[in-house]
Amino acid sequence: MATAKTAATKVKIVTPEIGHKATDVGLEFSKETEAKIKRIIKRYPKEQSQSAVIPVLRLAQDEFGGWLSTAAMQLTAERLNMPYIRVYEVATFYTMFNLKPVGKYHVQVCTNCSCMIRGSDTIVEAVKEFTGIEQNGGMSDDSLFTLTEVECLGACVDAPMMQINNGYHTKLDKETTLQILDSLKKGSEVETATPTKPMKDSY
Amino acid sequence: MTTALSIDDKIFKNLDGSGDWSIKGYEKRGGYKGLKKLLKTDPVKHIDQLKESALRGRGGAGFPTGMKWSFMPKPDGKRPNYLVCNADEGEPGTCKDRDILRFDPHTLVEGMIVGCHCLGAETGYIYVRGEYYDESSRLALAIEEAYKAGYLGKDILGTGVNVDIHLHLGAGAYICGEETALLESLEGKKGQPRVKPPFPAGYGLYGCPTTINNVETIAQVPPILKKGNDWWTQFGRPNNHGTKIFSISGAVNLPCNVEAPMSITLKELINEHAGGVIGGWDNLLAIIPGGSSTPMLSADDCETAVMDFDGLREFGTGLGTAAVIVMNKDTDLLRVMTRISAFYKHESCGQCTPCREGVGWVFRLMERLSKGEGTMEELDQLYDVTKKIEGKTICAFADGAMWPVQGTLKHFRHLFEEKIKENMKKSA
Repeated sequence: MATAKTAATKVKIVTPEIGHKATDVGLEFSKETEAKIKRIIKRYPKEQSQSAVIPVLRLAQDEFGGWLSTAAMQLTAERLNMPYIRVYEVATFYTMFNLKPVGKYHVQVCTNCSCMIRGSDTIVEAVKEFTGIEQNGGMSDDSLFTLTEVECLGACVDAPMMQINNGYHTKLDKETTLQILDSLKKGSEVETATPTKPMKDSY
Repeated sequence: MTTALSIDDKIFKNLDGSGDWSIKGYEKRGGYKGLKKLLKTDPVKHIDQLKESALRGRGGAGFPTGMKWSFMPKPDGKRPNYLVCNADEGEPGTCKDRDILRFDPHTLVEGMIVGCHCLGAETGYIYVRGEYYDESSRLALAIEEAYKAGYLGKDILGTGVNVDIHLHLGAGAYICGEETALLESLEGKKGQPRVKPPFPAGYGLYGCPTTINNVETIAQVPPILKKGNDWWTQFGRPNNHGTKIFSISGAVNLPCNVEAPMSITLKELINEHAGGVIGGWDNLLAIIPGGSSTPMLSADDCETAVMDFDGLREFGTGLGTAAVIVMNKDTDLLRVMTRISAFYKHESCGQCTPCREGVGWVFRLMERLSKGEGTMEELDQLYDVTKKIEGKTICAFADGAMWPVQGTLKHFRHLFEEKIKENMKKSA
């Protein structure tokens, strides 16, 4: 039985035993999320609700602490009338799904070619220095930050850059990187590269 | 002679983000003007014009768009036709679609409306890479604005044309930029490419006739149809006509996305639009001309290379997504190229054995050889392996993973050799 603290909700996540449902262990989407899921499914033809698996998994990840537990995947499968294994396949295929807990702020630094040429090493070092994280993929002791070096995020002319949760921060240097992390640690909002009102149904 | 386009000739007039991205700004720049006429015209006429315009797909492969669209069957009432926009931009160095989505999203919305009309589709999906969250939010707002203004929905502008557009976000997988992998992903599965044939025009999304095009391609269609082929073909050489967004990144003074005429020389592009190479043109080491998959050009090649599909083929490389990655003499070229190999190892979908096993194998060899740990024979072996992976898989991913390695060996084999010799001396 795996348990984890979650940042977004105070739900205790428990992995259901084989043959049990997510709701058996008390995991449920909020009413707002349920409504969003219903609207998202309508984007696709009837009988094709499986198409909604990526958006619904992203909603689940946001709602249950930034990562996908077995229970969260199971709940997604139940909502979309999919076999659990199909949801699991998708969750393990795409890199944006976290299969273990991450910090409140998931700092993803691009270290691919254009960013590398323009000094992404400095950015990675700055994040490590500020957070105390030593290894790629590691989490800070206060559970605030996780650092992941990622593949090209498609902002190459604004390199070097990083993504924190859903937002991009571009044209970085050591100083701006430290400033951003410091603001987040203090609980302040940090403006992203393209400040925009989030989508109505989140995904 | 200047190679800069006038604002009238630019399709993406707000690519630099200095103006208003919303519908107001777009209409002020001439957007949606003439849309009604386009929707009243017979799609066959539009497709014929596109064929003559020689518009070639902007997503990397350069397939003639008019021809692709002509493969779509007329809707038979049993299966709907679909237009799917590929905004899963992920080729390292490429970031043009991001700026279209966030700074000029209505160019794409108008393109989707016209595209759906041409293809007999009433539903279009825009598949955006999962990381572009703010960018997608902009696009979602733009779509909302277009519905409110009557450009989307039922009976658009009284023409009887119905179009609905849905946004779909991915979740981080480079391979979903491959069109059939994208369809699999949109159907809620792992993004693994399908065996072709059948091609998407016969059996695509949900088994229905489907056309998939890049963001830039779709957005270019309405201006071509409105302004005519004489306007479009004045730019670029035959078979390569039009304007194109170039993403110039790496060791240049002003990295940028810029819309320029096709067939511009690489040297002009770098010097006039990207502020030149850091440290001056003489400090240039090599340039990757079309995204990480395309083999690099040596500094000598860069003197004369012409930026279009046919021009770069002469140098054994390609225009790809027109993502120009510049490396100067301060760049550790072998480290950058090894990093690119690591990228492909990470992104292989795992379906075909030569790719799943081979790309990782090539990365490990690159990693070792770039540090001088290896022998001269292994350099030959590396080349040999790349040739055995290329062309042996379902999709072009493995080819794209091998070409940069081959390009490195072609132009910079001596860098490996120097490292190996150095290492041998040390150990002796």
